[in-house]
Amino acid sequence: MNVLIPSMEQFVQGIANALSLGSLYSLVAIGYTMVYGILRLINFAHGEVFMMAMYFVFYVTTLFQAPWYIAFIAGIVGIALLGIVIERAAYKPLRNAPRISVLISAIGVSYLLQNLAVVCFSGIPKQFPSVPLFQDVIIVGGVHIQRMVIIVPIITAILVAALLYLVNHTKMGIAMRAASRDFDTSRLMGINVNRVISITFCIGSLLAAVGAIMWGLKYPKIEPYVGVMPGLKCFIAAVLGGIGSIGGAVIGAFLLGFIEIMLVLFLPGLSGYKDAFAFVLLIIILLVKPTGLLGDKAGVDKA
Amino acid sequence: MGSNQTVQGRLNQPGASSHKNRNRILTAVTLVIFVVFLFLADQGIILDSYGVRIIRLCGVYTIAALSMTLINGLTGQFSLGQAGFMAIGAYTTSLLIIPPEVKEQMYYVTPIQGWVRDMQAPFLAAILIGGLLAALIAFLIGFPVLRLRGDYLAIATLGFSEIIRVIITNVGSVTNSSIGIKSIPDTANIWWTTIAAALCITLVYRLMKTSYGRAFKSIRDDEVAAEAMGISLFKHKMLSFVISGFLAGLSGGLLASVVGVINPLYFRFTLAYEILLIVVLGGQGSITGTLVSACLITAGKEWLRFLDSGFSIGPITIPEISGLRMLVFSALLMVVILFYRRGLFGSNEFSWDGLFRLIQRTGARCKRLIRRGEKGGAAK
Repeated sequence: MNVLIPSMEQFVQGIANALSLGSLYSLVAIGYTMVYGILRLINFAHGEVFMMAMYFVFYVTTLFQAPWYIAFIAGIVGIALLGIVIERAAYKPLRNAPRISVLISAIGVSYLLQNLAVVCFSGIPKQFPSVPLFQDVIIVGGVHIQRMVIIVPIITAILVAALLYLVNHTKMGIAMRAASRDFDTSRLMGINVNRVISITFCIGSLLAAVGAIMWGLKYPKIEPYVGVMPGLKCFIAAVLGGIGSIGGAVIGAFLLGFIEIMLVLFLPGLSGYKDAFAFVLLIIILLVKPTGLLGDKAGVDKA
Repeated sequence: MGSNQTVQGRLNQPGASSHKNRNRILTAVTLVIFVVFLFLADQGIILDSYGVRIIRLCGVYTIAALSMTLINGLTGQFSLGQAGFMAIGAYTTSLLIIPPEVKEQMYYVTPIQGWVRDMQAPFLAAILIGGLLAALIAFLIGFPVLRLRGDYLAIATLGFSEIIRVIITNVGSVTNSSIGIKSIPDTANIWWTTIAAALCITLVYRLMKTSYGRAFKSIRDDEVAAEAMGISLFKHKMLSFVISGFLAGLSGGLLASVVGVINPLYFRFTLAYEILLIVVLGGQGSITGTLVSACLITAGKEWLRFLDSGFSIGPITIPEISGLRMLVFSALLMVVILFYRRGLFGSNEFSWDGLFRLIQRTGARCKRLIRRGEKGGAAK
């Protein structure tokens, strides 16, 4: 395997790409980590929520000729609702069931949404609408980059800051943290746990939708299985950072983004194994430090 | 011990021995009818080649689902790696049974490696080697993975199955990368698949009667208690995982021969989901349930093919929608898991006594319903 030494320009471009990829991953990884924190469930359907967001925006722009910002907002709102519907329909009835049943239900939802997408949107790949504001190439210090490479990390930073404020400084956030420790005690404290769970799904899906839109601007091909790989990788990022911790998910996502981009940059011969690499990383973490980088014990105890 | 149980059985139930004889006769008659049916099907008398293919696939999917039942339902370790093990079995078997000159022509993008071209084995040896290789990989994967539990185990095994698929896609000189392998000899006829399925069912059934099988079940029910009773968790989980890998590899080998064309995309995680649907529908932890559900789903998948090619209900004509069939099956998985979590058999096995009880109970229920209906009518 030949190690390729990239030029300075390629390296800087790689760093920029890794930053924007890490930002995309972190938006989706937060959804996994929040749901896992509260329900102790790997939400297999999260990748499909991501895929649905891309289709949603695509259809709003093509069918209604809506300008991109309206389509984006409609997509984000629609997908946040979809997240709540999924939770109500597939996870709430199983709240007292064995955890494996809930996991199978999550796999079922994922499978159902994939097949639904094949039926409704057909398996033929679609082209995500292009938005020049994000996709124009600009030159920064001699490096050609798309404008979104800079915009995406900024949007992510704003959203993560807002989320951290919500979780740490509002009543809802306290309720979320309480519910993630103990349902019964939270109920005794007057917390409507079902509402908290719905809101968690709503926020997770909303962030996934933003991630999906950015993803679509970067990789414009939409097909029914487009959410699977990003979904699994973001779950891995969440585990890497410590599942249950929002800061951990962001750090894990950036780490994964960097490792992936650098792997392809320095060892181009291995680029075919890029997807396998994330899983190898997952297994190493689970064996060496299952709590992840920032995770607390509570998240893994019951696993 | 056996005689002791019989004595007790007689004490409890006066008619037990006659029931036993009746059950034995029923089993024998069913088997004879089944064998005659297979013979007629194989001769092309009652089924065309398409029908025969469905029966063959039923056997293949039974073995694949059995592999998942063993590790998920009977040992309680939720593994989703079946697709990867099936891929290993399928590729090994097909490379062993395709003649060298055919292989050489097929690899037109990356030239084939010498040893891959020259390796040859008869079909039986080929599927066994495929199964053993899958078992070996399961053994290696088991070391890191079986220390995990619950959903972590699920995602780690799913991850390994994806890793296997990515490796297969990338090692072009061995696996012909994403083009896949075609013109695989059609050796696995109806007898091969049915007998293999029957042997695998017997194997798992007998295994569950041994101390190993009981240890598996105790691990499923309560790991801590099992460990306290002196059961080595890792050893038994590994044994179950390796046998499950072997069965999956075997079914992969048979599958390759039945379908004739394989490529890495065939062994995506969706294949594991399909097998999961079979296991959940049959009832997690039931061997006979797995068999019944594997046949139902496999036959149903072919029977519902009309959904994909357009059909009409009375005046309404539904146009051609591809994928509608799989939508029905994924909806079925959701319905079973949400409303009917026990599946068809729960964790029970089929028995003639159970069947007769079911018939009696259903009969009684119908009578009661009819009586209630009459009363209701009278009241009005």
